[in-house]
Amino acid sequence: MRRAWPPLALLAALVGLWELIVRAAHVPGYLFPTPSAVASSLADDSGLLGRATLVTVREIVLGYLFAVAVALLIAILLHFSAALRRALLPILVLSQTVPTVLLAPILAILLGYGIEPKLVVVAVVCFFPIVVNAVDGLRSADPELVRMMRTLHGGRLAIFRRVELPGALPAIFSGARIAATYAAVGAVFGEWAGSSAGLGFVILQAQPALETARIFAAVLILSALALCLYALVTLAERLLVPWQPEAHHA
Amino acid sequence: MLGGKRVLDGVDLHVPATGRVGIVGRSGAGKSTLLSLVAGLDEPDAGEISIGGETLPAGRLARCALMPQRDCLLPWRSALDNAALALENAGLPRGEARRRAAPLFARLGLAGSEQLRPAKLSGGMRQRIAFLRTLLADKPVLLLDEPFGALDAITRAELQEWLADALAAEPRTVLLVTHDVEEALLLCERVLVLAAGRVVAELDVDVARNAPRRGVVTSPAFLELRERALEAIG
Ligand SMILES: Nc1ncnc2c1ncn2[C@@H]1O[C@H](COP(=O)(O)OP(=O)(O)O)[C@@H](O)[C@H]1O
Ligand SMILES: [Mg+2]
Repeated sequence: MRRAWPPLALLAALVGLWELIVRAAHVPGYLFPTPSAVASSLADDSGLLGRATLVTVREIVLGYLFAVAVALLIAILLHFSAALRRALLPILVLSQTVPTVLLAPILAILLGYGIEPKLVVVAVVCFFPIVVNAVDGLRSADPELVRMMRTLHGGRLAIFRRVELPGALPAIFSGARIAATYAAVGAVFGEWAGSSAGLGFVILQAQPALETARIFAAVLILSALALCLYALVTLAERLLVPWQPEAHHA
Repeated sequence: MLGGKRVLDGVDLHVPATGRVGIVGRSGAGKSTLLSLVAGLDEPDAGEISIGGETLPAGRLARCALMPQRDCLLPWRSALDNAALALENAGLPRGEARRRAAPLFARLGLAGSEQLRPAKLSGGMRQRIAFLRTLLADKPVLLLDEPFGALDAITRAELQEWLADALAAEPRTVLLVTHDVEEALLLCERVLVLAAGRVVAELDVDVARNAPRRGVVTSPAFLELRERALEAIG
C-alpha cells in the first residue's frame, strides 16, 4: 500500500491544478469541465451511469473470460503441434495489424446488436497478449527439468501438466494483465459500432448534447473498471502462483 | 559430440546387475555427460550402450533413474510432492504417492519439511529430496550425479551409510558420480577415474566394508587406493 501513495498524491495535485486552471481561465463547461463538475455529474447521473456500467461490466467480464479460455486452448494446441505453430502464429501476428475500430462495425453487421459482437470485440483485443505470452511461457520450460521428468516415468502429458504448464503460469499472467487493460476499450469500441446501452453508448449520446462532464464521468468509470480487472488478475496470480516470491509486476 | 567438441572418448565399461561403480574426475571430465548417455537422454555418436540387453534410448530411459547434478526440484511442488513425483508420473493417485513417500522423510532427517516448497529449503535438504525422488522411481539402475555434494560432512556420512544399507537390502545397479574419492571408494566396488573424457584408471575396491567407517578409511589398503585415485585424477 505504501507504493500507492506517491502516484495518488501526484494525481490529487494534478486534479487540483486542473480545477484551478479551468476556473481561472473561465473555460466553458461544455468545452472542458472542472473536476468538480465531473464529480457532480457522477452524482446527478448516477442512475444512468450505474445502469450503463452494469451493461459494460458484463461485456468486459464475459468477453475477457472468453478471451482467456480461447487463448489458453489455442496456446496449448500450438504448443503441442509444431506444424500448427509454424502455420498459425504468423497469421495471428498479422491479424494484429487489423484495427479493432474497423473490426467492430463488421462484427455488428455479422452478429447483430446484442451483447455478442461486444464480447467478440473485447475477446479479440484481449486474446493476443495472452496467447503469445502463453506460447512463449510453455516453450521456455527449463530443459533440465524436462530431462529429469523423462527419467522418472514422465510421459509427454505428465511433463506438460507438472512442468510446462505450472512453469508457464507467470508468463500467462503477464499476458492476462496486459489484456486486462485492453478490455474496457474493447467494450467501448463494440458499443460504438452499434448499441443502445453501456458506457460507450452514454459517451456517444452525451457528445452531441455537449454533456462533456458526463463523458468525463463515463471515462473515469471505464478507467476504474480496467483498474479493477487488473487488480483481480493480479490477485488471482498471487493465489495461483504462490511459489513466486514477488511477481514482476508494477 | 557436444557443440562440436568430443566430450567422451573410448569409454568402455561393464557393470553387473547389482554392481556399484563410482566415477570420479575433475569437473569437465565428462562425468555428467556419461550419465545422460547411459540414461538414454542422449545418444553417443559412436559405440553402443546396453542395459540388460536394451540398447534403444527409450528402453534405457525406462530402466534408469537419474539424479541430476542440479537438484531440479519443481518450485511449485511441496517437498513431499517433489519426492513423490515419479510415483505420480507412473500413474499413482497423489494421495497414495504421498503415503509412500512420507515415511522416508523421517529416515533422511527431513521430518517437518514435507509441506515446504523448495525455495524454503536448504541446499542439503533439497539434495536429499531429489535423492528420495530418484529412489522412489523404483528403477533397476540408479544414476547419481554428485548426490551428496551439497551436504555437510556429518550428514553426508549418515546418508552414505543409509544408502549402503538400502542397497544391501535391495540391490540395484548404481553409477555414482562424485568428486569425493573417499565416498566412491566407500560405496562402490569399482571406481573409474575419468580425465578429459577418457578412463585413466580403474580401481577394484576390495577392502572389508563391514568394519566401522573410521576403521575402513584409515586402513592401509583403503589409503593406497585413495592415493592411486588422486594421482590418476592429476
Ligand atoms: N551441451 C553442451 N555443449 C557443449 N559442450 C558441453 C555441453 N555439455 C557439456 N559440455 C562440455 O563437456 C565437457 C564435460 O562436461 P560434463 O559431463 O558436465 O563434465 P563433469 O560432469 O565431469 O563436470 C565439459 O568440457 C563441458 O564444457
Ligand atoms: Mg557434472
